[in-house]
Amino acid sequence: MGDPKVARFVALCILGMLLFNFPILALFNVPGRVFGVPVLYVYIFAAWAALIALMALVAEKK
Amino acid sequence: MLTGPVIVFTSFAYLGLLFAIAYYADKRADAGRSVIASPYVYSLSLAVYATAWTFYGSVGRAASDGVGFLPIYIGPTLMIALWWIVMRKVLRISKQNRITSLADFIASRYGKSAAIAGLVTVIAVIGILPYISLQLKAISSSFSILVQYPVIAMPEHMGAGSVFNDTAFWVALILAAFTIAFGTRHLDAAEHHQGMVAAIAFESLVKLLAFLAVGLFVTFGIFNGFGDIFERASDVPKLAAMMTPLESVAGGYASWVWLTVLSMLAIMFLPRQFQVTVIENLDEKHLSKAIWLFPLYMLAINVFVLPIAFGGLLRFPGGGVDADTFVLTLPMAEKQELLALLVFIGGLSAATGMVIVETIALSTMVCNDLVMPVLLRLRRLRLNVQPDLTRLLLGIRRGAIVAILLLGYLYFKLAGEAYALVSIGLVSFAAVAQFAPVVLGGIFWKGGTRNGALCGLIAGFAVWFYTLLLPAIARSGWLPIGLLEHGLFGIELLRPLALFGLAGLDQITHAMLWSMIANVGAYVGVSLLASPSADEHRQASLFVDVFRRGGETGGARFWRGTASVPELYNLLGRFLGAAAAEEAFREYAAARGLRWPLERADAELVDYVEVQLAGAIGAASARVMVASVVKEEALSLEEVRAILDEASQVVEYSHRLQQKSRELETATAELRAANQRLKELDRMKDDFVSTVTHELRTPLTSIRAFTQILLEHPDVEPAQRTRFLGIITKETERLTRLINQVLDLSKIESGRAEWHDTRLDLKEVVSDSLAGMGQVFEERNIRVQFSAPQSVPPVSGDVDRLIQVLLNLLSNAVKFCDARNGRIDVALYEENGGLRVDVRDNGAGVDEADREVIFDKFRQAGDTLTGKPQGTGLGLPISRHIVEHHGGRLWVETRAEGGACFSFTLPFRRRRVAVAA
Repeated sequence: MGDPKVARFVALCILGMLLFNFPILALFNVPGRVFGVPVLYVYIFAAWAALIALMALVAEKK
Repeated sequence: MLTGPVIVFTSFAYLGLLFAIAYYADKRADAGRSVIASPYVYSLSLAVYATAWTFYGSVGRAASDGVGFLPIYIGPTLMIALWWIVMRKVLRISKQNRITSLADFIASRYGKSAAIAGLVTVIAVIGILPYISLQLKAISSSFSILVQYPVIAMPEHMGAGSVFNDTAFWVALILAAFTIAFGTRHLDAAEHHQGMVAAIAFESLVKLLAFLAVGLFVTFGIFNGFGDIFERASDVPKLAAMMTPLESVAGGYASWVWLTVLSMLAIMFLPRQFQVTVIENLDEKHLSKAIWLFPLYMLAINVFVLPIAFGGLLRFPGGGVDADTFVLTLPMAEKQELLALLVFIGGLSAATGMVIVETIALSTMVCNDLVMPVLLRLRRLRLNVQPDLTRLLLGIRRGAIVAILLLGYLYFKLAGEAYALVSIGLVSFAAVAQFAPVVLGGIFWKGGTRNGALCGLIAGFAVWFYTLLLPAIARSGWLPIGLLEHGLFGIELLRPLALFGLAGLDQITHAMLWSMIANVGAYVGVSLLASPSADEHRQASLFVDVFRRGGETGGARFWRGTASVPELYNLLGRFLGAAAAEEAFREYAAARGLRWPLERADAELVDYVEVQLAGAIGAASARVMVASVVKEEALSLEEVRAILDEASQVVEYSHRLQQKSRELETATAELRAANQRLKELDRMKDDFVSTVTHELRTPLTSIRAFTQILLEHPDVEPAQRTRFLGIITKETERLTRLINQVLDLSKIESGRAEWHDTRLDLKEVVSDSLAGMGQVFEERNIRVQFSAPQSVPPVSGDVDRLIQVLLNLLSNAVKFCDARNGRIDVALYEENGGLRVDVRDNGAGVDEADREVIFDKFRQAGDTLTGKPQGTGLGLPISRHIVEHHGGRLWVETRAEGGACFSFTLPFRRRRVAVAA
């Protein structure tokens, strides 16, 4: 398929699978807190939000 | 204030509001001004994914696992990233084939198989029952808790007591009535429920706002922000451990990954998600917004889950309060009555939204794909001659809705109470994940067959039933618990929770692993065993190549048979009602510019009717019904495959054919030219022979005539005799010259001529030739002028032959120059690496048309028949051959001031030139 969006979305899916999986997830599975919130929680929600932002960029790009 | 009547009244008021919204949206849709034709409404309707599980259960899960609840929402986010590829294709296929449900989709893909449609329906209904029971449990227990306000007490387990005292039972019945009112008021051929979608979108807003409200209240009302909650929680060792929970959770990373995969599949294959995402989709373009808005919704509704969970654990340290109820009990404990009521309504939204869409989707499947195909086959009912079946269809759907909700209640009573909300829901996720191989395989792989799909579904479902549903029922005491501990028939290898000895995984991971191996293995394995049938091949092609086929369904071209218009019309009328049928036929006629009523039922019309019918009763049933009125000649597998496969090959063939035909044309043109040339040569040879004979006969005739005179009249005057002998001599000389020239030409042409090349001075050769002709010039009183540079470089050549050329050109000039005032100019000069000689006369010149002809043998300018021949007609051809042998060129031009100019060139350096044949 010639649609560049296809490749971009596949790349985002792979990126997401890497971000939310061993071993990257394990890097943040450590004690300690950022602004009082556990590192793991901050990481997951921040990465998730970033992924959604990228999906919005790709989806809305004309 | 929070008394039973108030809560019940508020709940009904809320349901009434939903109904009003749905009613309004339906009215607007009928008026053609849809309120749901917006990507934002579409995205919100997708959020029906967030059910009571999300609303109450996530906190419960977070209170024991920390982030363990998140894969259920991260998985869908990852899957949605692939929606551009997968869901767009599913949407396009569904629109083109008028798919009405997930079962319809799968059955259509595998040759419109009624068996698959039925099997998928059964799996979906049984698989979803736990999920529905989860909603019933959530509503009834949240009601039970709220109604005891201000006391916070967990509801008693309801083993005892009559069914009619059970809140959950009444909840089930009320929801059934409500769903019937929502989804089965009338029959839509496209299975669109715009009112329902509008209500669901509204519910998604309500549950999000309710959850955010309680989240803000807990985080900033009870505690002092996120940091405060986690700060205090980290002082409790048990809670601190939950902040790095991935090792401590059962199954660790494996469990995390499997939950992610499971929810990736669930977002596609839960019947209600398929309903809102695919069936209710109004515009493919809405997908672009939904791709990021829906994940954003999931992110938003999950932000406060962890704070509420930790807040609850800190607020109720004793463990006497079920973590699944924290969302409700925290505001209650803080005496926030209104917030508690809002939370209850939010939970009600989450649960009712799921139940309404799920049961509508399931009832459509039960009706179209399970009950109708069976009823239609029962000839005793004579359904195929009933005038109006719309009431029957609606009746079946209403019955199915009641039955599904009551079955959900039954599961709740049987097994539901022993489990937490999330665990119940995951059992359903694992069930619908069994559809993944046949759907994903079906839209990307043409090789999947009906039997493969049947075997895959059966195998996957069987393993799911054995490893997930059976243990749930057994644990609740309805089956001997020994089944779990010692396996079926006491065989240890068959223990449902450690099948074939695979222990150490959590239950969901274990079940997913085995069921997917069985499912994919059977699907692929059986598919590979046999080739697909004609119908399967056709449907596979329609699905897999949906983007390649352009806008049309492409079904008609594979069909041949006969049908009558009235029969088709009546058939459609029985299922859609007469008015809808007439409208459908009118639309058909109008779209194709045909006159109404139609005269002829062609393949396209039959296809159209089948598609319309499929919208109402599903593809499998529609196929049966249409077949009953159409005398269809089945296409053989070979024919269909030939049509499909060759369609692509034909393009290439025709391409190659074009190329071949172009080559052929070129070859033909060459051949024609060669043939022309051959004919020309043949004609020229004939001409040559006849001309030579003619040329020879002329002098011979005159010689013979004069010798005969001399022989018969010995007494001829001496003067006369001398004249006759002179003529004879002259004619003999002419004869000799002619024969010599013919011989000469044939020698040169065949390459047998001898050449004596020397270095020669061309100026000298020209002077010698002019000198040789001096007598002739004088006789004819012709002025000759020769111009040449002082000296010219030598060229190599045969002197005698070149003199022959010059003499020929000069005698031609003599013959054709002005009779009284003759003048010949000869010029020699250097040009382009060689020497050039011009011989000009002041005669009539050579016609444009004759300029090449005169170089042909025996061809002379002018009419040879009437005019007296002034030469043998061989001089110029011979001269041209000689010049060309020397690597030069001989040609003629007509001068502007009259007269012909014959020119030839001789190069200093001779290229090898093949002697012309």
